[in-house]
Parts: sequence; structure tokens; C-alpha cells
Amino acid sequence: MIHDQADYAREDEPVHEPLLSEKGEETVDVRDDSPLPDELTREELTLPAPSEPEIARHYTRLSQMNWAIDSGPYPLGSCTMKYNPKFTEDVAADPNAAVHPDRPDRSIQGNLELQYRLQEFLADVGGMDAVTLQPPAGAAGEFTGILIAKAYHEHHGNDRSEVVIPASAHGTNFATAATAGYDVVELPSGEDGRVDLEALEAAVGDDTAALMLTNPNTVGLFERDITEIAEIVHDAGGLLYYDGANLNALLGRGRPGDMGFDVMHYNVHKTFATPHGGGGPGAGPVGVTEELAEFLPSPRVRETEDGSGYERFEPGGTIGQVHGFEGNWLVLIKTYAYIARLGDEGLADAAAKAVLNANYLAERIDLEVPYGPFHHEFAATAGDRDAADVAKRMLDFGVHPPTTKWPEMVPEAMLTEPTEIEGKSSLDDLAEAFDLAYADVDEALETAPNRTAAARIDQVGAARNPRLSWQALDGE
Amino acid sequence: MSFEVPDELRYLESHEWTTVDDESVRVGISDFAQDELGDVVFVELPDAGDEIAAGEEFGVVESIKAVSDVYSPVSGEVLAVNEELFDRPELVNEDPYGDGWMIEIAPSDGVGYEELLDADEYDAQIA
Repeated sequence: MIHDQADYAREDEPVHEPLLSEKGEETVDVRDDSPLPDELTREELTLPAPSEPEIARHYTRLSQMNWAIDSGPYPLGSCTMKYNPKFTEDVAADPNAAVHPDRPDRSIQGNLELQYRLQEFLADVGGMDAVTLQPPAGAAGEFTGILIAKAYHEHHGNDRSEVVIPASAHGTNFATAATAGYDVVELPSGEDGRVDLEALEAAVGDDTAALMLTNPNTVGLFERDITEIAEIVHDAGGLLYYDGANLNALLGRGRPGDMGFDVMHYNVHKTFATPHGGGGPGAGPVGVTEELAEFLPSPRVRETEDGSGYERFEPGGTIGQVHGFEGNWLVLIKTYAYIARLGDEGLADAAAKAVLNANYLAERIDLEVPYGPFHHEFAATAGDRDAADVAKRMLDFGVHPPTTKWPEMVPEAMLTEPTEIEGKSSLDDLAEAFDLAYADVDEALETAPNRTAAARIDQVGAARNPRLSWQALDGE
Repeated sequence: MSFEVPDELRYLESHEWTTVDDESVRVGISDFAQDELGDVVFVELPDAGDEIAAGEEFGVVESIKAVSDVYSPVSGEVLAVNEELFDRPELVNEDPYGDGWMIEIAPSDGVGYEELLDADEYDAQIA
């Protein structure tokens, strides 16, 4: 195989990389000229004492013990683990980008112009009228979007208490609605895996604030009845929220705004190849229709009235601030750079290849895919095998496995999304890893992985007795 | 695979059990339910003194596979909760009808909830 990341010939013990402090320590005198009281200061400090090459090797080894998109395919369904083109890092690292946002508008016209254009790009991609760049992550974008919907209803004197969410939706949708103070109404999937119109009609009513929908949905199916869905929700007085998690499948081909959605968030790390946050910094811009624009977070960026430049302003009915200034600027630069480099044709091509790759891979593997036709991702079923075991065995074949056991509508699901970045040979490797793991003997599946740095993780132990800080290491 | 279904208990279709007593009953989840859930890692229970209604959720069981609501087979006031489960949720797996009990209820209407199944009926349901 080409992507053989699994190169540890491990017996039972996990590969161990010692802490830097375990490689040698040195106690140094700390000069005592601090104005702090004596009980808060110390006279000496024990620190790790590695040489520079020891540090370089330590971190290189740690990185090699991980699976990464830079070393092999990473087809985590619904996560859209795209390779991040390195030129976007160059653009963000440009010294001219290192501008603190707390400066007068006239002194940061370049930044504001870029933000304004990115607002326009995103509005165009989503078919929305106005965009905020402020939310610092996808989940934060969702929460912002629902707060905007809430502000809209309150402004119109509507007391609505429920948000309707399909059972197959991302967990963040339920959390968003509940955190915003709404009761969640769960919508069961229809037999074909899509929204069941009759169930929807029964679920919406005078209390419905919004329907949150992902399209294509979490098994890659396009909601064909989206026009009817929008009509049912709008007729009940509710708003339609678009979860941007799967927007990568639609670029250049369909726009949420044209389908009737009123609010949406963009996962720039999934659709426009910025790094996945892992705790941040990230960005989750939100787009809305004209009717909702006045409720967007503050500040936004617009052209000055005389057309000579750009300025920040506070929308009239703003929900306030959800993050500092205009959001995580350096992430937004990467988003802008990616969109500008690819252009309309490039973005449409990325979506087409994402769909093609998913369909090629699904066709190649022996596992059954119960729902289709799907777009950029598919949920294969491991049948009578345990999906988590098959996934762990795939690690031994040198590729990262897909998302497992979700969504629950597919038994022992393996939700797979290769994205547009993989070529045919990578997809063939992935298919081979799928098939080898799926057909392997029980014993191999139950003990996997064996060729990774870490042995099988004790998930039950980790959940029952979580060690939530480094201090817990002392308890060993 | 066969599961333990003690004769003296009554069951809900959603796999909870209750003892039968006018003053105080114990409630938990069945052997079948703990096996379906897999390793239980977290249990959320009401507080003593809370009023709960038959057929309505009173707590949450989280396993490495799923998060599930737990429903009450009887209505009444919660007399006690098994606080041991907060530190040792594995008791639900190890001893679902014994040390893995969840709450004690003073049944306001006895154990007369019409949805309850006896051991034979429940056994037939999970067969």
C-alpha cells in the first residue's frame, strides 16, 4: 500500500515517547527581584533540559505517532477532513496580515476590504443576502444563527418555543437549540432516509421557531423535497436553518438561499479548507436573508456611503457580539485565499470531484451501502461485524478509518467521506483497507490495532474514569 | 443468548423493571437492556423528593454505544437514589437487578400501571 502509516512492529506495549522532563531536568536559580510576596515566588525552578535536536526529535516523533491528512487519506464522514493547501498558510503568515483589529477603520482599509469581499463571496456561495464573519467555529455559527432566528421572532412578537430537527442531524443541532432555550422536536427519518413530509407537517405548528436541516443530509442524500419542506415550515411561520456541514457537495450547483433557507452557517474548515479547529481558532460565518440582516452580530463591514472605502457598523437589531471584533481574522484570510484561488469553476469542480470520489469508493468496497443515491459521503454498514472493530483494523492497513456507528439509522455505520482531495490510487488503497478489515477474522478485529503507536484505547475506562488534567498523570 | 428475567418483578416494554410493593419499590433496567447498551459509563438520576410519573423519563443511562432515557414503571415520590452508580456505573452491567438498582419510589397508586408486563410477557418480548 502507498499510505502505509502503520509501521510500528509492536507486540503488546504501546510505543512510548517520554515527556521532555523525563529525558533530563535541570534546576535553575530564579532571580528574586519580584515585587510579589514571598509566598507566591520561588527561588529555584526545575525545568526539562533537552538540547535543541532532542526537542526537534521529540516533536517529530510525536507527530509521526499520529495519523494525519498530510500522510494519508482521512475519510471521516461528515467531518470533511480536507487537505489544507499550504499557500493559504503563506498568505496568513504575510507580515501585512498581522494587524491588530483594535484600530481606526481608516488605518486598516485593506483588512476591511478583504472582510467585505469575503462576506460577499460567502453570500454568493450560499445564496444569502448578508453575512457575519464573527462566530469562531461551526457550532458557534449554529448558535449565532438560532439566536438570530429567535431575535427575528421576538421582534415580530411571536412567542415560539420549539425547534424541529431530523433524528439523523449532527448532535450540535440539538445542543444549539437547547442552549438557545428551545424545546427540541425530533423528526424521525422517512424510509428512504430523507425528511418524511407527513411527519414534518405533523411536527410543525404555531410553536415552531425553526427547522434545522443539513442538505445533503448526514448519509449524503439530497433532500429532494426541499421546496415543499420550505413551504411547510414557512407556512407555519417558522424559519429554515441550513447546517453548512455538507455544503462541500453543493458548491456551484445548488445554493441554500435558492432552496428557501433563511439562515445558514458555513464550516470554512469543511468547505474552504482551513484547518480543523481542535479547540480553535476557527471560523463559522453565518449568512441570512435580507429580512434577518438587521439581527446579525456586531460589527459587520460595509462600503462607505461615498464608495471611497470600508467601515465597520452595528446592525440595527443586532443580537450583540458572539466573539471579538470581526472574528478570527487569520482563519478568514485562509478562507478568502482558498475561494479566490479556486474561483467559481474551481469550487464547482471540487464539489463534483468530492461526489465522484465518494461514489467511486462506495462502488469499490464489499460493504453494503443501504441509502442512495448519495453525494459526497456514504454510510456503509459493517453488517454483523462491529463497525468500531473494523475501523480499528483499518488503522493496521495504513489508512485512517471513517466515522463509525453514526448516524444510527444505518446499523454499524461507517460514514465515509473521501473528499475531492484523493486521487484514484488513494481511493483504491482505502477500498483495499476497507475490504481487508471487513473480511478479517474475529480475533484480528478484536485486538486491532497492532501496528500503531498506541494499542487499543480503553474507551470504557476513559469514559468511566476520565483524567481531565495533566495533574492526573501523578496518580499513576 | 438468554437473559435473566426474575419472576417476581414487573417490566416496561422499554426494559425497566420494578419490584412490587405498596410502600416502596425499587426500579432499574433489565439484564437484556444492560446487554444491549453495552458498557455503561454514566448514570443520571433524579433527586430524592422528586415526583415522577409512570411512563415518563426519570433519568439517563449513557454507554459507549448510546445515550438512553430511562422510564418509570410507577408514579410517585422518589425516596432514594442509588448514589453508588455515580462512581461505579458498571454496577448496572454487573448486577442489573441487585446492586445496579436506580431509584426507590413510594408508589402513589400502587404498582398498577397498566402498561406493565409480567416476567413471561417481558420474556416473550425480548425472545
